[in-house]
Amino acid sequence: MNWLFYISGLIAVIATVMVITRSQVVHGLLYLVVSLFAVAMVFLSLGAAFAAALEIIVYAGAIMVLFIFVIMLLNPGAEDFDHATKLFAVRVWILPGILSAILFVELLMVLAKGVPAGLHSAAVNPKDVGLSLFGPYLLGVELASLLLLAGLVGAYHLGGRRFEQGENL
Amino acid sequence: MATVPMEHGLILAATLFALGLVGLLSRRNIIFMLMCVEIMLNAAALAFVTGGARWGHADGQIMIIFILTMAAAEVSVGLALILRLYNSLKTMNSDAVSGMRG
Repeated sequence: MNWLFYISGLIAVIATVMVITRSQVVHGLLYLVVSLFAVAMVFLSLGAAFAAALEIIVYAGAIMVLFIFVIMLLNPGAEDFDHATKLFAVRVWILPGILSAILFVELLMVLAKGVPAGLHSAAVNPKDVGLSLFGPYLLGVELASLLLLAGLVGAYHLGGRRFEQGENL
Repeated sequence: MATVPMEHGLILAATLFALGLVGLLSRRNIIFMLMCVEIMLNAAALAFVTGGARWGHADGQIMIIFILTMAAAEVSVGLALILRLYNSLKTMNSDAVSGMRG
């Protein structure tokens, strides 16, 4: 599926350029989510459907929500109510909307055509991933769980002493 | 239908990594710097998936899981540090912390 790869890659590059040139953090975050969606479509076009699902669930779903929480915690104040009304201005969301719509159309076309032949030849089965995850990579999984525990304890220690919201981290 | 050549996937990964690096070096807002680190990690994950798809191995996607784990741990600690920084210095400028030596 060459066209899927190239269109998604172009969208990823455009969205990433927009991320690093925004002045507002929230706008940059919006483009970053679009960029992550585009990279997930690139993963799908490369035959890594499991990685694409993980990218959307963990990156765009969980990690971006952490960013949004912190931005909400850091920007209290009255002037942000004006800013919140400006957030719904068409100029702000029209380009991320268009890019996301292109990705959505791509996904619909892939679903409508069934799994294309190009995906089958390069596809790596999620079953293989799971088998090697709990086979040769068992030590790596345990180390990853330790790393997550260390991140949890570190975030609790750093954020929990002064902030009531620290438990969210 | 032919699959995507590996070089094109690696070029895309390198482009995204370079964009993240440029953003990291040019921005001084510390949340933007953390987002650029995420972009770079994502580009590394894309390179792993490209290699895994080229040789048909599951190892590329396993590295994705480890990269996601590391990104989650890094973001949670980094955002907690940002909260502490903002609480004590009332700024998001990373240059404000450069006086914190020793």
